[in-house]
Amino acid sequence: MSEFTYLFRGRNTSASPEEMQKHMEKWVAWFKELGAKGYLKDPGHPLEGDGKVVSGKQKIVNDGPYAEAKDVIGGYIVIEARDLAQAAEISKGCPILEVGGSVEVRPIQKLDM
Amino acid sequence: MEPIDHLFRRESGRMVATLTRIFGVQNLAMAEDVVQDAFRRALEVWSFRGVPENPPAWLMATAKNRALDVLRRERTARTFAPELTRLLQSEWTLAPTIEEQFQEHAIRDDVLRMMFSCCHPRMSEEAQVALVLHILCGFSVDEIASAFVSTHAAIEKRITRAKKALAKSKRLFDVTAPAEFSARLPAVQRALYLLFNEGYHGASAEKAVRVELCREAMRLTAVILEHSFGTTPATYALAALMSLDAARLPARVDASGDLLSLLDQDRSQWDQERVAEGLKLLELSATGSDLSEYHVEAAIASFHARALRVEDTDWAAIVSLYDTLMKIRPSPIVALNRAIAVAQNEGPERGLEEFRAIKEADLLASYPFYPATLGELEFRRGKYKTARQHFAEALALARNPMERRFLDQRVRACDGGDTQ
Repeated sequence: MSEFTYLFRGRNTSASPEEMQKHMEKWVAWFKELGAKGYLKDPGHPLEGDGKVVSGKQKIVNDGPYAEAKDVIGGYIVIEARDLAQAAEISKGCPILEVGGSVEVRPIQKLDM
Repeated sequence: MEPIDHLFRRESGRMVATLTRIFGVQNLAMAEDVVQDAFRRALEVWSFRGVPENPPAWLMATAKNRALDVLRRERTARTFAPELTRLLQSEWTLAPTIEEQFQEHAIRDDVLRMMFSCCHPRMSEEAQVALVLHILCGFSVDEIASAFVSTHAAIEKRITRAKKALAKSKRLFDVTAPAEFSARLPAVQRALYLLFNEGYHGASAEKAVRVELCREAMRLTAVILEHSFGTTPATYALAALMSLDAARLPARVDASGDLLSLLDQDRSQWDQERVAEGLKLLELSATGSDLSEYHVEAAIASFHARALRVEDTDWAAIVSLYDTLMKIRPSPIVALNRAIAVAQNEGPERGLEEFRAIKEADLLASYPFYPATLGELEFRRGKYKTARQHFAEALALARNPMERRFLDQRVRACDGGDTQ
């Protein structure tokens, strides 16, 4: 088994309370499923929408992340899967895909030699 | 713990009401932003960590903390609720004041305050209902448009205008002044009645939406009944009417999703708990000399509720109640329903007489059940060909697939008959 991180991109900006609740319920159900099937290695964290971006040798600090809403990383988790293909397959259940977001699936490098 | 049905929607109204009370009615948009923010936070945190032990309390606490942030940030630039402004300015009093405003009883009063504010006589009844749905029931513009079979643009315009009128009123309605309370109460009752009716008889095709409108109207009526000034005979009568009508909701649509008229419903599906509750409320409404249209309508509904079979219905009593209703609040719809009751009581010929006597019938020109009633009466006296024409006319006016199927079946029922 290998570990992968899911980076969730995109934030749901305008929805009615009812829609937001439905969406939240889907997330809760999806997390439960990941846990029940033994995929969820680390439930990670949601990230705040604002932050700073520090860049360059001058170490310039900007308010950020200056990306479009659909590109902003909203959170991450770590899952366990056989291989990248399976990890990608599992990510298809993520509710963020229904609201125009995306999941970036990245294998975590093994540091033990 | 599993999330509760419509939790966000319900809490939305409570949070907006309380935040608007604190921020002042001119800052309604700010209150709405804070609430939206609290939901976004819940969406993120609950998604990752699961639904908390007490979801409503979690949401309220989040809204409260956000409110504190906003107040600290904005207090030099903005004015808030006039009666709280001084208390919100000082760090000494800010937190305790907010804490007090977020007590359960304070929130309940805020909901009432907002409800009464939304029913300002300067706004049309339509605008009042839309505003109540939007602010207190958490319905988005699109959800209201779909419930009212209207367009996004039309509803948005209506709500934007109503919000402006609300903001201009400077302060929220004072629910502690008895005279003002009773002066505004009829308008509030009327708005909730219209909201309920929109769910019950409205044009929306989506069954779920309709039931929700009824449920919201009942929930808000219950809020009025929790306030001592609100427990008037008319409020009890309104609540009774809603309970008795809502009892029939499970039977209004059959297994294949087709609309059933009152006469054809499977009465064993009526919700007897609701009926009992309605009858009890009706009893509570029978004090004093005040006879509202809600009393009469609730009484009519109680006669239906008590008839276990349609043949057992006391149509004579129902006709006489419609006579009373025509005196208190005459309308072509009431006259139409009266004609139907007369037909049940004395036969289709008499029903037709009453039907033809309906005044201002042109107001019913686009109402499919106006020609459909005529079709029904002609059908019952064996004039199938005439009946067919009326049903076809009604079919052309149908507002949703359910009505279309219902009326289409009536048209086809006429084809088996004679050629008169």
